Amino acid sequence: MTGRQIAQKLHDRFGPWLIESLPDDLHPRVHIAAEHWRAVAEFLRQDPELDFDWLSCLTAVDYLAQGKLAGVYDLYSTTHGHEFAVKVIVDRQTAKIPSVMDLWPAADWHEREAFDLMGIVFDGHTDLRRILLPDDWEGYPLRKDYVFPASYQGIPGTYEKDGQVKTEPSPATK
Amino acid sequence: MSWIENRFEEGVIVTSLDWAINWARKSSLWPMTFGLACCAIEMMAFAASRYDVDRFGAGAFRATPRQADLMIVAGTVTYKMASRVRRLYNQMPDPKYVLAMGACTVGGGPYFIHGYHVVKGVDLVVPVDVYVPGCPPRPEALMEGLLRLQDKIDKKTIARQPALARQV
Repeated sequence: MTGRQIAQKLHDRFGPWLIESLPDDLHPRVHIAAEHWRAVAEFLRQDPELDFDWLSCLTAVDYLAQGKLAGVYDLYSTTHGHEFAVKVIVDRQTAKIPSVMDLWPAADWHEREAFDLMGIVFDGHTDLRRILLPDDWEGYPLRKDYVFPASYQGIPGTYEKDGQVKTEPSPATK
Repeated sequence: MSWIENRFEEGVIVTSLDWAINWARKSSLWPMTFGLACCAIEMMAFAASRYDVDRFGAGAFRATPRQADLMIVAGTVTYKMASRVRRLYNQMPDPKYVLAMGACTVGGGPYFIHGYHVVKGVDLVVPVDVYVPGCPPRPEALMEGLLRLQDKIDKKTIARQPALARQV
């Protein structure tokens, strides 16, 4: 199926849920809200005509100005050879998206990564821990309002403040 | 510091012994198999046939810190890795040396400002003997660093040091 046909099929079934539909974009996709994601994901995975059995990529975007976060799901069907993407929009404050790790096993570590770096909580994930950063890390580094740590476990770091690069003195010179 | 150090005044016997000890130590540095990032690829080339660091006696890469006396910190040290680097250094037997290889280990490199996760120089975690800049340094540059480390080892002495003598 072409991107336009897939978007039409989704529109016929979930019309009012689609915030935006961009089948002719370079990255053909639809935008939906987080509360509808689970139903749409199950349809995409299980419908025999769509049969998206492969989650190529799961990433996240921070729309700081709009106060939103987005999870971006790139799907591919190995049986039909077509691909499509879904952008799941969620408020920055709540930042909760239902997990799809039972539908696509690839989502397991990808969701942990999005949680680690963007702070999106995936409801229903069985093992939602940080995957890259240490367990005692504070904050979510890929968020646009992230403030760099001045130090970590006593090791001084550098950070930007008022347009200047600051650094803490080394413990050896204190 | 070993049992023989800081016990004898400098003299012809001590300096001759120095020469022999330093020659033995500098000619048989055993580096640790320890690569953190892209610099490790250059470190492998430095150890392999084309550059052949065995010519300088530092070709016995050991897979355990307990058999190594040179730690080549080859690559970006992240905050998460820093405690492991420190632990490996502590596990090495004396005398031990550290060679900081590449811009990231020398001072944070490209991550100095825009890396929230990178240690701004491995000398904040372990004491460093020789710094080799470059991104990554070529094997020749690393070899130069090794030779400078050998020069440094050559200057060590077991003779009593004025500053240390007071502690004994």
